[in-house]
Amino acid sequence: MKVTFKVYRYNPETDDKPHYEKYELELKDDGVLLDALNQIKWEIDGSLSYRRSCRHGICGSCAVKLNGKNVLACKTSIKEAVEMFGSTLIVEPLTKNKEKVIKDLVIDKKDFWDKNAKVKPYLIAEIDEHPESENLIKPALLELIEEADYCIACGCCYYTCESIRANKDFLGPQALAKTYRFTADVRDQAKKERLELVDKLGIGIWDCVKCQGCIEVCPKGVDPFTKITHLHNQVFEEGVAKRNVATKHAEGFVHSIKKHGILDEGMLVLYSEGANVVRHMPEAISMFMKGKIKLPWQMPKSEGLDEIQKLIEISQTHELKD
Amino acid sequence: MKYALYTGCTAKESTPELLKSTLAVAKVLGIEIEILNEASCCGASHLQDFDEFLSLVLNARNICLAEKRGLKLVTLCNTCQLMLENTKQKLDSDEEVKAKVNEKLAEVGYKYTGESKIQHFLYAILEDVGLEEISKHVKKPLNLKVAPFYGCHIIRPSKTHDGANLNENPFKPNAIESLIKVLLGEPVDYAMKTKCCGFHVDLQNTPVSEKLTASALIDASESGAEMMVTPCPLCHLNLDVKQKAAAKEANKEFNMPVLHLPQLIGLAFGIEPKELGLHHHVTPVEV
Repeated sequence: MKVTFKVYRYNPETDDKPHYEKYELELKDDGVLLDALNQIKWEIDGSLSYRRSCRHGICGSCAVKLNGKNVLACKTSIKEAVEMFGSTLIVEPLTKNKEKVIKDLVIDKKDFWDKNAKVKPYLIAEIDEHPESENLIKPALLELIEEADYCIACGCCYYTCESIRANKDFLGPQALAKTYRFTADVRDQAKKERLELVDKLGIGIWDCVKCQGCIEVCPKGVDPFTKITHLHNQVFEEGVAKRNVATKHAEGFVHSIKKHGILDEGMLVLYSEGANVVRHMPEAISMFMKGKIKLPWQMPKSEGLDEIQKLIEISQTHELKD
Repeated sequence: MKYALYTGCTAKESTPELLKSTLAVAKVLGIEIEILNEASCCGASHLQDFDEFLSLVLNARNICLAEKRGLKLVTLCNTCQLMLENTKQKLDSDEEVKAKVNEKLAEVGYKYTGESKIQHFLYAILEDVGLEEISKHVKKPLNLKVAPFYGCHIIRPSKTHDGANLNENPFKPNAIESLIKVLLGEPVDYAMKTKCCGFHVDLQNTPVSEKLTASALIDASESGAEMMVTPCPLCHLNLDVKQKAAAKEANKEFNMPVLHLPQLIGLAFGIEPKELGLHHHVTPVEV
């Protein structure tokens, strides 16, 4: 199989700016992207830099961007990549932020590791130093953490996160999925402390833009987005949710659905923001002028409101504050 | 051909032009529409943050409304699509959860069976009508450079959408481009077309939302687009209504018309702009 690789090349010590180098390779059908990078380095251009270690999808070192998708090079079949993107494959570092590129495909992941460290990614418990047996838990309880435990901290999700793109302070999907790994573990004794931690670091768990990018790229099926949703639920369950715009927005949906069946968009903003709602006035006026705002007496109601109210009454698991 | 239309809340409130244009286009394509006026809000990817189970129950009921009619459930909003499809997948793959949800639904006379397919209008017409048939209705070729803006929840996570979006590649989607082409417009390719508009953090972190909106508008403008089109009313609200705020955040100037997908189709079909609700846009659309 003949494949053209366009590989990002940048040596900050000698290059003014990055460029792409083209390599045409003949590869076996069962090869992976790491084989191609190795072939380039060993047979064509020894100056190419990239990280690699285990070659078995465990260490996370070889994470790179392939045609816009963050992947593990050692886990990405060339055949499948060609089927997905065509016979020209573009290989780039996880981020092209010039300050982070050390050389070619190797980046400085300090920001990623710092955030991982902030959430205390280890079990906190009184542990017998000389246990006579393993600390076992029931399979059903293990299932709660299983996916989250698969995280290998490769950074694929973090460097695809749209929240991070706009807000460097956001903890990001990996650190939050890691937090959930322990808040869902019955052997951990710091659930509340962890939830308070992620609830107060910046705007913490509430800054996720819900783009689902982390789910799409995670090579281990961790589904960090859903773990962030579980953290949202846990802060309500444990009573550590601060009353802020985000928490009021989430619970405001129940108020609105209870009243109308559908959402009262205007009132939801007012409920979430309180007096601060005035900041939306310029947009609200322009929307009103274009017939895009329903006034309270025009607000439509669902024709199935009775059923909806009954379902809320019997199904709601969290208590409303107001 | 008949659809059970789940309008979502936005098409009944802040984007009335979306419902209007959908109905106009459906009429031309010979699609009968039954609007699910008994439906509830899907929770817009926020309700589950507060109460996951309640979100499942309410959306299961929404799906039941289409099941009862024996029709395909068609959505107009990316986020509604994701919420409903997520619910379907959870119930179809977990008998225990399905039983718990059905226990609640039984109290109001429903039973979720999983028989109805859930599909966004974009993919529903591609599957049921097809590009060739759509092309036959083109009376006014677009002759414009149009930038597709997919929005997140219609393409990601791909494992959830499975066959509902006809196995679209989330990193290289093609549905909107193929439609623009048959409407005789020119699709603009740009990196931000699959990125996030920031809508879902607009209240809690407005600068983040505006930055993301601005980056999409900048990329589309610089790529030569004369207008943008989106299948998601939430993306539309950010790109159209918040365009001025995003411009201020980015210190740029924009004047980018942002159309709902059915509006773009309707224009090419020769439907009157007023019938498509173009006058409802905050950023003017001149055609």
